[in-house]
Amino acid sequence: MTTAELWWNTLAAILTLCVFSFLIKDNPFYKFAERLVAGVAAGFWTMLLYHTNFYDKVVLTMQKQQWAYIIPILLGLGMWTRFSKNYSWISRYSIAFYIGISTGVSVTVYMYTAIFKQISATIIPFDSVTGVLIIIGVLCSLFYFFFSKAHTGAFGLVSKIGIYTLMIGFGAGFGLTVMGRVALLVQRVIFMRDYFVALFGG
Amino acid sequence: MTFWEKLMNLDRRWIYLSIAIVVVIPAIFSFKVPVATTPEVKKIFNFVDKMEPGDYFYLGIDYDPSALAELDPMTYAILNHAFSKDLKIVIGCLSQFGVGMAETRLAEIGAKYGKKSGMDYCFLGYRPYPAICILTMGVDFRVTFPLDYYGVPLDSLPVMQGIKNLMDVKGVIDITAGNVADFWITYGNGRFGFPLALGITGVMSADYYQYLQSGQIFGLIPGIKGAAEYEALSGFETTGMESIPYQTLSHAVILLFIIISNIGYFATRARKGR
Amino acid sequence: MKKQIPIYFVLVSGIVMVIQYFVPSEESEWLFTYANDWVIVIGIFALALGIWALLKTEFKKLKKPKEAFYAGTVLFGYFIMVLTGLKREWREAGTLHMDLFDNILIPIQATIFALLAFYVASAAYRAFRARTVLATILLLTAFIVMLRLIPLGPFSAINQTVVSWILAVPNMAAKRAITMGVGLGAIATCIKIILGIERTYLGHD
Repeated sequence: MTTAELWWNTLAAILTLCVFSFLIKDNPFYKFAERLVAGVAAGFWTMLLYHTNFYDKVVLTMQKQQWAYIIPILLGLGMWTRFSKNYSWISRYSIAFYIGISTGVSVTVYMYTAIFKQISATIIPFDSVTGVLIIIGVLCSLFYFFFSKAHTGAFGLVSKIGIYTLMIGFGAGFGLTVMGRVALLVQRVIFMRDYFVALFGG
Repeated sequence: MTFWEKLMNLDRRWIYLSIAIVVVIPAIFSFKVPVATTPEVKKIFNFVDKMEPGDYFYLGIDYDPSALAELDPMTYAILNHAFSKDLKIVIGCLSQFGVGMAETRLAEIGAKYGKKSGMDYCFLGYRPYPAICILTMGVDFRVTFPLDYYGVPLDSLPVMQGIKNLMDVKGVIDITAGNVADFWITYGNGRFGFPLALGITGVMSADYYQYLQSGQIFGLIPGIKGAAEYEALSGFETTGMESIPYQTLSHAVILLFIIISNIGYFATRARKGR
Repeated sequence: MKKQIPIYFVLVSGIVMVIQYFVPSEESEWLFTYANDWVIVIGIFALALGIWALLKTEFKKLKKPKEAFYAGTVLFGYFIMVLTGLKREWREAGTLHMDLFDNILIPIQATIFALLAFYVASAAYRAFRARTVLATILLLTAFIVMLRLIPLGPFSAINQTVVSWILAVPNMAAKRAITMGVGLGAIATCIKIILGIERTYLGHD
């Protein structure tokens, strides 16, 4: 590790410890780190937005004389009237453009991905024990979410199988969540270990 | 208060201290834990491994520093694996802070294999609105990204000659922590049907086995364990395999807490029942 | 006028984009490509609003003695990143801008999320009790899945098989039911927006 890298890593280590201090209680060191990251993140994103988005999609299109792009540019500028009391109605046109296009595109792809593909994947492997269990699990879980009828009698039994299936799903999710959360901590511990080894071990 | 009641109401800072001690142990006394590979990770490994030198694939580095711990090892392993096989990669970021990390990783790993931007890989950079970007990339990369991250027109990059859109690459591997994974499945694979694989965090992974079974994704790297599996398969070990001993001890302690808490609960309940 | 035209526009554009999906022609693809690209351009301007709102709030806080230091910290972080990233080439790997990103943003953001490991351990201790049958099922499943990362000798292979089965069958069935429900809800919301039944995106007068 070079001297410059060591200094930068010292800064990173100090900020890491500032955030970890929150475990004892909220304190000015944690608040400082929290506010600093908010500012740095906003600054990074501003320059990213300007250089790679605004320049590429707005400035460049005007330089290439793609005059049709004046329409989305004007609509984009219209978005900035959102916080004005007298002119905020202009932003509705911009939002309407965005909402109209994105909802129109979404209807068909959601129908395909979330409904058709899922139904076909559920019923196609019908010839195995696993396939039958999947069909039962999916149907019973769907029945559980039907609250317009009381969960009694045969319907109640089906809903019960559904909620048991859902609980297995949530339990599996929790088990994987623990792994995920611990991984976040482990990465910081490995960083701190490498830092102290570089600092004292050379 | 009985012993069990005191135990059930333990100050949470003792729990924090236990976890803190346990995660420091492997940092001082290192040991290895074997990792069994799963079919879903092997499929992604085979996808990259079976490609010929000069073949293209798209790599989405769509995560923020908050998910760096689980997803960075996957990025390192896949980039090392792909560059070692002389594959051509088109890299995009649909997460705002991912672009900073992606640039650093590409510069570091690219330099290791002598790979150059524009010749061996194309780093597109970041665009907002992932769903819309995926839709336009499926038609033409140059509409979404007229320039690459470094400001060079895509048309002038040798690596992008003959590559118009996502249908011109062998497949897409997306490494992400948020709902970008859903967008790739819905708007990417749903609209265009290209082969798609995901590398995701442990928290999300339980939700994506349904897409694996339906064939909407052909492979899945679930969390840090999945990353460790890919590292074991590819031979490029970074923090993925290194994290597993820490995971082992932490999980053991948390399971112990759960057992103790339940014993305390039943003991207290039995005492109150008397 | 101020509300009617946007509603009609959403109706027409929504229906056109639905029909476009089923029309395989060059003109249809051109419409699809550039409609979506124009949305990205509008979005770039919209994102700038968030930055302006943040700056406005922090400048206001500068006038309050108790919050001035922290507001100053936010603004210091912001302007140092803006100044170090003024040119496109100043934002490449190895520059001061990226060093600040790597050594301030990454460690702080990563560590904030690392705190969750402690909270999940505390939550597991306090809340994970077998109070009811459903809680027991959840607990046992989580227990089995978590055992995956603990070497159990000859039982590791059995545990791996059980966990793979849990993830591929009951967990998959449960999550699929949720996905289908959410998908239907999303489609219903999109149709409501297109037909003008849902108008919350217009805001208030």
